[in-house]
Amino acid sequence: MIKVRVPFLPFVLLVIALVAALPIVTNNPSLREELFLVLMLVTLASSVNMIMGYTGYVSFGHIVFFGIGGYIAFWLMLTFNTHFLLAAIASAIPAALMAALIGIPILRLRGAYFALSTVGINEAMKTFMTNFEPFGGALGMFFNFSIYTQYGGAREAAFLAYYTMTVVALATITTSYFVRRSKFGLSLMAIREDQDVAMVVGIDPARAKVIAYVISAFFPALAGATFFFKNGIIEPGHAFDLLRSIESLVMVVLGGIGTVAGPIVGAALYEWLRGFLITNATFANLQLALAGLLLLVTVLFVTAGLVGSLRNRFPRLRAYIQ
Amino acid sequence: MSLEALLPSAIDGLMLGFVYGLAAMGLTLIFGVMKVINLSHGPVIALGMFAVFLLFSSFGINPYVGVLAAAAIGLLFGTVIYFVAVDRVINAPELTTLLATFSVNLMIIGVGTVLFTTSPRSVDIDLGALRGSGVTILGTHAVAVVIAVLAAAALYGFLFRTRVGKQVRAVANNRAAAELMGIDSRRMLALAFGIGTALAMTSGALLSTLFAFTILSGGTYELKSFVIVVLGGLGNPTGALVGGLVIGLLEGVLTVFIPVAWVPVFEYLIFLVMLQLRPAGLLGSRA
Amino acid sequence: MTILAVDGVTVRFGGLVAVDGASFGVEEGAILGLIGPNGAGKTTLFNTINGVYRPRAGRITFKGEDITGLRPFQVARRGVARAHQVVRPLNDLSCLANVTVGACFGRENLSLRAATTVAEEMLSSLGLAQKAELPAGKLNVAEKKRLELARALAAKPLLLLADEVLAGLNPQEVAEMLGTFRRIKERGVTVIMIEHLMHAVMNVSDRVVVLDYGKKIAEGTPAEVQNDPKVIEAYLGDPKVAARFLEEGA
Ligand SMILES: Nc1ncnc2c1ncn2[C@@H]1O[C@H](COP(=O)(O)OP(=O)(O)O)[C@@H](O)[C@H]1O
Ligand SMILES: [Mg+2]
Repeated sequence: MIKVRVPFLPFVLLVIALVAALPIVTNNPSLREELFLVLMLVTLASSVNMIMGYTGYVSFGHIVFFGIGGYIAFWLMLTFNTHFLLAAIASAIPAALMAALIGIPILRLRGAYFALSTVGINEAMKTFMTNFEPFGGALGMFFNFSIYTQYGGAREAAFLAYYTMTVVALATITTSYFVRRSKFGLSLMAIREDQDVAMVVGIDPARAKVIAYVISAFFPALAGATFFFKNGIIEPGHAFDLLRSIESLVMVVLGGIGTVAGPIVGAALYEWLRGFLITNATFANLQLALAGLLLLVTVLFVTAGLVGSLRNRFPRLRAYIQ
Repeated sequence: MSLEALLPSAIDGLMLGFVYGLAAMGLTLIFGVMKVINLSHGPVIALGMFAVFLLFSSFGINPYVGVLAAAAIGLLFGTVIYFVAVDRVINAPELTTLLATFSVNLMIIGVGTVLFTTSPRSVDIDLGALRGSGVTILGTHAVAVVIAVLAAAALYGFLFRTRVGKQVRAVANNRAAAELMGIDSRRMLALAFGIGTALAMTSGALLSTLFAFTILSGGTYELKSFVIVVLGGLGNPTGALVGGLVIGLLEGVLTVFIPVAWVPVFEYLIFLVMLQLRPAGLLGSRA
Repeated sequence: MTILAVDGVTVRFGGLVAVDGASFGVEEGAILGLIGPNGAGKTTLFNTINGVYRPRAGRITFKGEDITGLRPFQVARRGVARAHQVVRPLNDLSCLANVTVGACFGRENLSLRAATTVAEEMLSSLGLAQKAELPAGKLNVAEKKRLELARALAAKPLLLLADEVLAGLNPQEVAEMLGTFRRIKERGVTVIMIEHLMHAVMNVSDRVVVLDYGKKIAEGTPAEVQNDPKVIEAYLGDPKVAARFLEEGA
């Protein structure tokens, strides 16, 4: 028997890169916009999977890092005319730092208390931004089109955002893969299963959890910076949208929690389904209700999600699908 | 910034606090009995509002009769939610029940938006007002407080005075032990979910007599309920009532001194500090 | 050389004194039996040695270093491993991953690859090689006990704290496990074993310490302890155990 082993990570990265190249090759802006969103959701879902799936901490308000990244980058671009790429990096670093600062206290809490804390942080941030005039308060901030001239115009800026989002998504997946396959990832999974045992075998759970939280905050911040750069406008309700936060958890569960491929599959599937429902006249109005029904069926009957179920059903696939 | 405004505003807030507390009692009861954070709480509150509104506008039924109807519908509806969405995953990790109840949230909002749209509605009732020196108490507010207090009292009577109520408490304390004593824990869990939902709907029903609302209005009160429930200690109904009063009073007092929009910032900060320092709540023992 | 010294250690839970001024030492490479009636404080003493609980008073010295009040992971990294009385497998992880966890983070701080190799060896030496890919939650009780021990041993500890690893095993499994203990000892690992099966403790231990109500009431060779009237009296509080003790000990 010949065993051809397709290496998982290069395969996934290649597929995503090829799909991402489609709208550029075919010069299809609406497909580009759609894929931009999917890549962003892949980033958000893969990131939250690292703290929720690998480590077992349900970060319900994880979108807060997306919002913070978006706000800081936007402000830098608007006030100092900072180049977008620089602003994105400069926003992800404080977001990661903030994750460390809030992670230290809240990661001591377990279960529901942690989940509620993350909601509280997101809502506190949202209501704060609503009042914070330097960042535009409730109305938020918006660009003049002139800001895009340094990138060669609005169209070129949209491409730059698209390339950036692709790279961010690929980087997130790569990180997720290496975390999952590393000793560090094993320590996270041990913490998820039984924190006390993890501690007794020599793992410092507090440290490992904070590192995982910081990593999982970094990429959403980049995604936020990129999204709002393209969007040209940022306001609190859009930046700290709890519904979007919960949606990214739904994608993780749909695809398969704790796996590398799960969040990718889940995000793509969720977006595809939403697109289908919205364009379908019968379902357009009921799309939320149908999304709810789908989620309920998944939660009740397909607990491991698509990728997880495949892996459980066909153990041989485990070597191929991470 | 006038101090004369303080008293009426504080009284107003405190009265509203009873209604907040009632909703929070529903959320905390469900958590206390089955360790489930019910994310369908907000939409259920909104359903309470619409129950009153529809009965009133379509059939001319008195809003306060509507409140009773909302409670009854809530009891039934909550039991259905339990069996459809929660029962199968009752022993699963918290993420599962969070998402299961969130799926109910999506379904209610989805269907509700289709049926009721998102344009604001209101129930017009005028019960006059009590006027004192500088203080005006609207009749609707006073009645809402009375009903909220009666509902809370009914919950206590049920939990502490009736056989079934004692069984619910036994299940909350230790499900396995309760089952050994011959209690049908599934039925008790379903009942608790029903009661929790009934409380939320009652609260929503009362709110509909005070403010305008849409199908999405429940979201605000859901978040407020979270804050209140944590303030009172997750799973502690008395705490929720006290927490509701504290938050209501705080809102009333703070709005005199700072812009209204800053008030939620303080609420969430208190929420976070409580989770850190006193996760058992104001009335609970120290962490 | 004394590898572990417990010196006047007291642990309280509220009003309850679970360990009451216990002192003893363990020679490097020896097997120490720790016995005593249920609730005597044996498990609590383990939890104090490896840092889960902080003692109210007293000192714990490991290889000449004061480790009192260190966190569990700090103690683990110094070479102390623990097999729990109530087995605690990492249910959703494979057996191999469970044991790899033990090998990865303990004293040797191995790379993942090296740890996996150690884990594979450890699984086969405990007869679990067939189960390597199975989620640990799917094992039966006896297998879980072996897995618990495999995880502890994979850390290549200097000191193993084994809490009732024989409980619930059938006689053949007990015999196999005792063989394992002898092999562990041959590798120079120091062991403290808590056990209720007297013949087993007496069989493999070099010395025995007896706890009762948190206090050390006797210490010595198995023969000395067996004939100590205070020990027999302590067990008489629990007639069944006492009968078994007298029977098996004789
Ligand atoms: N975490 C704890 N909190 C309160 N009491 C405890 C705790 N752990 C053990 N105890 C009590 O301490 C005493 C000793 O328990 P333990 O060390 O488990 O005994 P053994 O292992 O010798 O059977 C018992 O009375 C037990 O109930
Ligand atoms: Mg014990």
